Amino acid sequence: MQIELKDVSYTYGLNTVYEVSALSGINLSVKEGEFIAIAGQTGSGKSTLIQHLNGLIRPTSGRILFEGKDIWEEGYDLRELRTHVGLVFQYPENQLFETTVVKDVMFGPRNQGLSEEECRQRAEEALKLVGIPEELLETSPFDLSGGQKRRVAVAGVLAMNPEVLILDEPTAGLDPAGREEILTLIRRLRDRQGITIILVSHSMEDVASYAGRMIVIHQGKIAFDGTPRQVFAHYRELEEIGLAAPQITYIMHALKKGGLDVDVNAITVSEAKRSILLALAMARSGTVHV
Amino acid sequence: MGELTLGQYYPAESILHRLDPRVKLVGTIVYIVGLFQVSGVFGYLFAAAVLFVLVFLSKVPFSHVLKSLKPVFVLLCITMLINMFLIPGRVLWSFWIFRITAEGIRQAVTMGLRLIFLVMGSSIMTLTTTPNALTDAMENLFGFLRIVKVPVHEISMMMSIALRFIPILTEEMDKIRKAQMARGADFESGGLIRRLKAMIPLLVPLFVSAFRRANDLAMAMEARCYHGGDGRTRMKPLRYAAADFVAYGLLAAFLAGCIVFRVTGL
Amino acid sequence: MSIIRAEHLGFNYVKYSDSNESEETVRAVENVDFEVEKGEFIAILGHNGSGKSTLAKHINALLIPSEGTMWVDGINTSEEEELWKVRQKAGMVFQNPDNQIIGTIVDEDVAFGPENLGVGTDDIWKRVDDALAGVGMLGFRDRSPNRLSGGQKQRVAIAGVVAMHPDCIVLDEPTAMLDPNGRKEVLEVVRELNRKEKVTVILITHYMEEVVFADRVFVMDSGRIILQGTPREVFSQVETLKKYRLSVPQVTELAYELRSSGCDIPADILTADELVEALCRLN
Repeated sequence: MQIELKDVSYTYGLNTVYEVSALSGINLSVKEGEFIAIAGQTGSGKSTLIQHLNGLIRPTSGRILFEGKDIWEEGYDLRELRTHVGLVFQYPENQLFETTVVKDVMFGPRNQGLSEEECRQRAEEALKLVGIPEELLETSPFDLSGGQKRRVAVAGVLAMNPEVLILDEPTAGLDPAGREEILTLIRRLRDRQGITIILVSHSMEDVASYAGRMIVIHQGKIAFDGTPRQVFAHYRELEEIGLAAPQITYIMHALKKGGLDVDVNAITVSEAKRSILLALAMARSGTVHV
Repeated sequence: MGELTLGQYYPAESILHRLDPRVKLVGTIVYIVGLFQVSGVFGYLFAAAVLFVLVFLSKVPFSHVLKSLKPVFVLLCITMLINMFLIPGRVLWSFWIFRITAEGIRQAVTMGLRLIFLVMGSSIMTLTTTPNALTDAMENLFGFLRIVKVPVHEISMMMSIALRFIPILTEEMDKIRKAQMARGADFESGGLIRRLKAMIPLLVPLFVSAFRRANDLAMAMEARCYHGGDGRTRMKPLRYAAADFVAYGLLAAFLAGCIVFRVTGL
Repeated sequence: MSIIRAEHLGFNYVKYSDSNESEETVRAVENVDFEVEKGEFIAILGHNGSGKSTLAKHINALLIPSEGTMWVDGINTSEEEELWKVRQKAGMVFQNPDNQIIGTIVDEDVAFGPENLGVGTDDIWKRVDDALAGVGMLGFRDRSPNRLSGGQKQRVAIAGVVAMHPDCIVLDEPTAMLDPNGRKEVLEVVRELNRKEKVTVILITHYMEEVVFADRVFVMDSGRIILQGTPREVFSQVETLKKYRLSVPQVTELAYELRSSGCDIPADILTADELVEALCRLN
């Protein structure tokens, strides 16, 4: 197990009048190389949860283990942990501050205490990985387009060579082209670099086509944990907690009800297409034989 | 949570809450002026009594009013110590270069009491008045300064925009801090210079964001036909009620009382 | 008479290089012509940098055309003395909900516009009440905007524009920063305003799903309107849309894929119900 959460609870403003429970009794383990999507309504506790994974928030109770070691044990190096577990916040371009793109990306490695050369090399690699062309390396990050800024910010975390990458709604506010670029990048990081991905997302369509495992948080608790297909099968319950399934799920259920024998568990466009074509062909051959 | 610490408005149903903010603003000024008139024991007792009555009327718990002293506590101590040691006079106790004089102690106590009453008195105003009502009152009361080209409306608009954005920027600051910590930034260790340097990755993004917000907000204000204070009407114009005139009367009486104490030296 | 009319509209802005030495003229909008009738619901689609926001800012005279003319209710927006009239007639809602709320209390923010217009106190109260009721936020009138959700903040911003009694509301990506529930809330409010109050709506977005209910859709790219028509007409052009890097809703994509594989279904399917119906008919 790479990351393990054991009975983790967190309460904001403990022992004050403003006490709010954000997480309660979370048990979770993350295996190396997984692609996990976390879904939940705004305020469900998912942002609080991911900040526990790299030690930015200390749980009120419970234990968090990274590679078997309790991260809140005396003497554990949290800054070192943060280089293993990279966290990209929402609208990460808001953290850019340096005069040039490459310098900004070097911030992380520099904090790791690497030599100037190593920092630069790491930064250049990371920027290449996210698809920032070399001629932009020495420009100001503030002159880039929205999508480019976001990719530079992701590179800023990647340059620390994390084994786990957590992204909080990395596509928020981007246009379709920018969204696709980021999602393709994330998939590539998983497939080629073997980085464990934990993606917080509101888009069930994205979750369906990218993630291998899906965790739904509701009122500070894990409501569902399984493959997207398994979770979306509970689409009625998802609606009750303010979420939805991909559009495809609804279409497939409606088709089934309308008498077409399709696979209701199809969750992506290509799966749906295959299933519908098959069902139509079956129906047609059926009528021929009768 | 940022809002709770800001302006420290304490919602309650009390006579003081209902008073016109202009009365409370004038009242605070009058109280402070009065405070610097009195000097004798009875004068301070009078000022203290008035303060207690006000706290009682405001329905704000006394402990809550006391909390307002916390941020000025250090200042209070320094003021008192400086007075205690540096005022020349009859020496009561001395050690090396330090001397405590009777006049010093007297002065320290006076200054201390004044500062405490001043802070508590003005916090009664901020506890019972929303920041917005307060800016309205300032715009209204100091409106006459427009004649000497003081941009009263603009200042008050700036203040209310600041009030709206301070909590937003505080939250943003917290987010940026966490984002940089996730990139291995260290804000806690090292000497002064190192810590100041560590602030750069925090402050630059914060300024960038503040400027972007300012730009957006200016555009939104223009789109909603904002063109300065001229020809503007108000949804909630300030109107005096009977209680406000009574309050003004009491304020005059208070000031007169303080002057009596000053003249008699009690 | 049309409420908005653009004729050969063009807009340039000057971009300075870092050293401030060279300047470069960038063309953001290029020779755009369109007309909007009173009460219409128009959606403008396009990716970032397509010129859709620049075009929108012309409608309430935040930008003045470099070339051509823009009329709002018969007023030429280039005439400076008519500026405030244009802005009253065409209200604008922006993307970031935090950066357009001025008041520290919900109802005071909604009153900001009418106050600027010099409306009398009693009338302001009535306008604010009506506007807040219209967006379903009357119960939140005494709250601080900072305590609201994104969708709620955006509804307050819409109420702030509605209270100015505009003929037309331009919404510049009002849902881009919201979660799915917030998006739904805002869209419902906008559709309601259009249907019940007959307010002309111009909705700028890059979410294709949001334009299904529009009367007409404009698709923009590199400062030009490249596609125009009813949602049905526009959505049937899946290949063109993909070429301009606009993602189509899953329903549209599935219908398109099925058609390409030989399914005999109509080319202009818009909603999930239509697709299901068409497929079940095949069966």
